[in-house]
Formats: sequence, structure tokens, C-alpha cells
Amino acid sequence: MEHEVSLDRVYSPSKDIVARDVMGELIIVPLASGIGNTEDEIYTLNETGRAIWDRLDGRTNLREIAKSLAREFDAPPGEIELDIQGLIGELFHRRMVIAV
Amino acid sequence: MTRENPSPYVVTAPASSHRVWKDRAPLIGRLDMELTERCNNNCIHCCINLPEDDKARLREMSKDEIKRILNEAVALGALSVRFTGGEPLLREDFSEMYLYARKLGLKVMLFTNARCITPEIADMLALVPPLEKIEVTVYGMTRGSYEAVSRSPGSFDEFRRGMDLLLERKIPFIVKGAVLPPNRDEMEQFEEWAATIPAMDKPPSYSIFFDLRCRRDSPEKNHLIHTLRAKPRDGVSILSRNRESYLKSMREFCSKFMRPPGDSLFSCGAGHGACVDAYGMVQPCLMLRHPSVVYNLKSGSLKDALTRFFPAVREMKATNPDYLSRCARCFLKGLCETCPAKSWMEHGTLDTPVEYLCEVAHEQARDLGLILEGEKAWEVKDWEERIRRFSKNIPG
Repeated sequence: MEHEVSLDRVYSPSKDIVARDVMGELIIVPLASGIGNTEDEIYTLNETGRAIWDRLDGRTNLREIAKSLAREFDAPPGEIELDIQGLIGELFHRRMVIAV
Repeated sequence: MTRENPSPYVVTAPASSHRVWKDRAPLIGRLDMELTERCNNNCIHCCINLPEDDKARLREMSKDEIKRILNEAVALGALSVRFTGGEPLLREDFSEMYLYARKLGLKVMLFTNARCITPEIADMLALVPPLEKIEVTVYGMTRGSYEAVSRSPGSFDEFRRGMDLLLERKIPFIVKGAVLPPNRDEMEQFEEWAATIPAMDKPPSYSIFFDLRCRRDSPEKNHLIHTLRAKPRDGVSILSRNRESYLKSMREFCSKFMRPPGDSLFSCGAGHGACVDAYGMVQPCLMLRHPSVVYNLKSGSLKDALTRFFPAVREMKATNPDYLSRCARCFLKGLCETCPAKSWMEHGTLDTPVEYLCEVAHEQARDLGLILEGEKAWEVKDWEERIRRFSKNIPG
């Protein structure tokens, strides 16, 4: 699925998955068919991914999320924007997020 | 199994090896839940089934009770729930319970005879996959053999229709067998057919050494089950018919799991998980229903059962002199299926040796060369050496 991630767009978790916090770790469990390669697979995000995911509230666009993370982690916004675009691109491809 | 390229952001792992459940050990990984003890089959060997219209239905957990338990299991970290029975699809609210569990982020393992799988249920399973292979027990390859076991006219056609619906929608399922007089000659045919099922990545497993009624509710049914049990030698022949792979797996198994258990009753995983019966009682394992080791979830919580009640159960010791002089000293523990649950089903106690299972274990140990004809395993002094030699395939 081709999709160009725009920093000016708002994304939110897809209804095709269930995101759970288990022992402090974010677990993404497929709900709809066609997500994942096997019936046994589950997904987690790395630390960066988790920080971004927690800000996908369906209202804030990715550029604002990048600014918020840059302030919190005292990191260059450009780097964070690249991470966000990489993660959201992958999650969109996997049908785990949708563009609002 | 294919894996996509590693991602810097998304970690993909099979649940069985995921670090959360492997390393951090939430209180519960999988919840077992019997949705009903009623069944549309009346299988000759079954240890639990009640008639489809049995009044036990009135005592079964309500939807809200089931949902409350699922919610708590999820809060405690459970990743999956096994819906079993009886026939779980007999509950009219099955689809609602299934979707509820899935929307909580649980994977669902479903044990069924497939008779109640309708196009609507199959569509639901295709749209919202269980994320675990469905397990279907098959009682025969022909109408005659199947219904001689199920004692339910029309059941064979319904089972085949259910299979077809799953196959048409590519819903992964596996099949299991129960070796009984009506189907004993069909094993080869069954395995050939099973090999054509896409999700079958190994030969089917079988029930051979049948349990007595786990509610201890019917001497008549127990009598019938006694007559259906494979003779120990025949059972071992079935277990070991793929000789090479059997020996390989037994060498590994014996080195890991065989040793005298002493007076501890629970050397298994009982009580580390939770099995909820159809009426809201939680058991340490699916088969163990002795009143002293079950916990009422209607007046308590899963967390209390797992953190307070079951740990105390697991500390229980055997006191039966017969058990202490035999089972507690027997190195065939591991091979032998005698356990508190089997003792309960056979004798109504937690610590009485089960002669049939003892005979099976001794037959199996003789077949493996671990004991000689006439030897009692609890009298064997050099058991560690015997296991060592067997595990390393050193001629003895």
C-alpha cells in the first residue's frame, strides 16, 4: 500500500488492531485478518516507537508530535521527524494506523 | 514461516518466545475457560459431556460473568484464552464472547467438534481470526465410525460441513483423534487426510488412555470408559509406531522430566495458570475438580486465586501411604500420568495411585528399556544411571 507520510497529517491507531500495555510494554495484537505473516505473531514497538505511539491521539499532527518529543528528549526535531515518518510509514503499511 | 525484514521500530515475534511472557512472566499467560459442559455429541469415551439440553445450562456463567473474568485476565497480562467445553459453540452467545475476547487483545484458542460452525461463524472467524489454530477432534473417517463414537445421528455430516467452511475460508485449524474401537482401523486413513489440511504441520495427536468422568458423576459411563481404554501394550504400540522419532523425543523427554517426585503433589504446571469451569469455579488445571483445590470466582478474583489460593494448593503434600511408598519414589513420574487430577477422577482423592496409568507407564518404560520385566520402577535404585544411558543411547 503506497502512502506518503505527511508531517502535517493526523494519524491514529487503526481499529484493525488492539494495543495493550503488558508489564509496561506496548503490545499490538492484530484484530482484523491480513495483519501479520502468521497466526502466532504479535508486535511491540521500540522505545522511540512507543513514545510516538503514545502521542497518536487522533487530534495532533505529526509535526506537533515531533516538536513535543524534541522538547521532551532534547533532540534535534529533524531527526525525530525522520523517525516519525519511518515509524508511521511502517505502521500504515501494516494497517496499524490510519490517517485521520 | 516467513518473516519480514527487521524493522528499526516494530519488533515482531511469535507470542511463545516474546520477551514479555518469556522473561517478565505476567501472572497469567493463558486463561482456560470451559464455556459449557454440554455437548451436541454423546461420545462414548467423554469425561465431561452433558446432554445439550441439560439443566446445567441454568448454572452456567452469564455473559457478564465471563466478560468480567476475561477483563481481569487481560489486566493480569494474559495473552490468550482457550475456549473449550463441552462444545463451546453450543452457547448462543459464543460469537459475542469470542469477539469480546479478541477486542480485549486476546488470542483465542478454540477446541470444538466443528458441528456448530455455520457460515456466519466461519465468516466471523475469517474476518477476526483467532490468531491460534482451531483444534477439531475427529471421531471417525466414516459416518459409521464417527457416529458410533459420537452417538449423535447426523453429527458426521455436520462435522464435515464445519470442516469445509473452515477450509473454504482458509481459517487455520488442526485435527486431533481419539483412538477407539469403532475407528481404530482408520488411523492411516485419518493421517493421510490430516496431511492434506494446510495448517497441519505435524501428524495429528491422539487421545488413547481415556480419563474417567471428571465430575465423578456416572459409574455407568465410567464402566464404559474402562472398556474403551487401550490395553497398555496396544497403547504403547500406537505411541511408538513412528519408532525413530518416538525414541528421539523420549530420550530428550526422559532426561528432562523423569525423577521421583517425593511427597509433593504438584510437580506439574497446575496452579501456574487458571482454568475456569462453566460455572465460575477456577481450577489449577483443566481436569482437577477436587473441591479442596477449586476457587469460586463469583465471590473472589482471579488475582487472589493466582497469588494466594493456588500457591497454597501447590504446597500440598501426599499423605496416602500407598502413594508415598510407590508414586513418591517412582522415577517414571513424567512418563506416568498419575497426578492429583487423575487420582480425583479415579478415586475421589488427590493422592491415590492410578493402577491403569501405572501399568501404562511401566509398559512404556519396558518398551524403552528403562526397566526389565517384573521390575517395579519405585524399587529401582540406579534410575539416574538408566536415564543417563537411555538419553545418550548407550546400550545397556
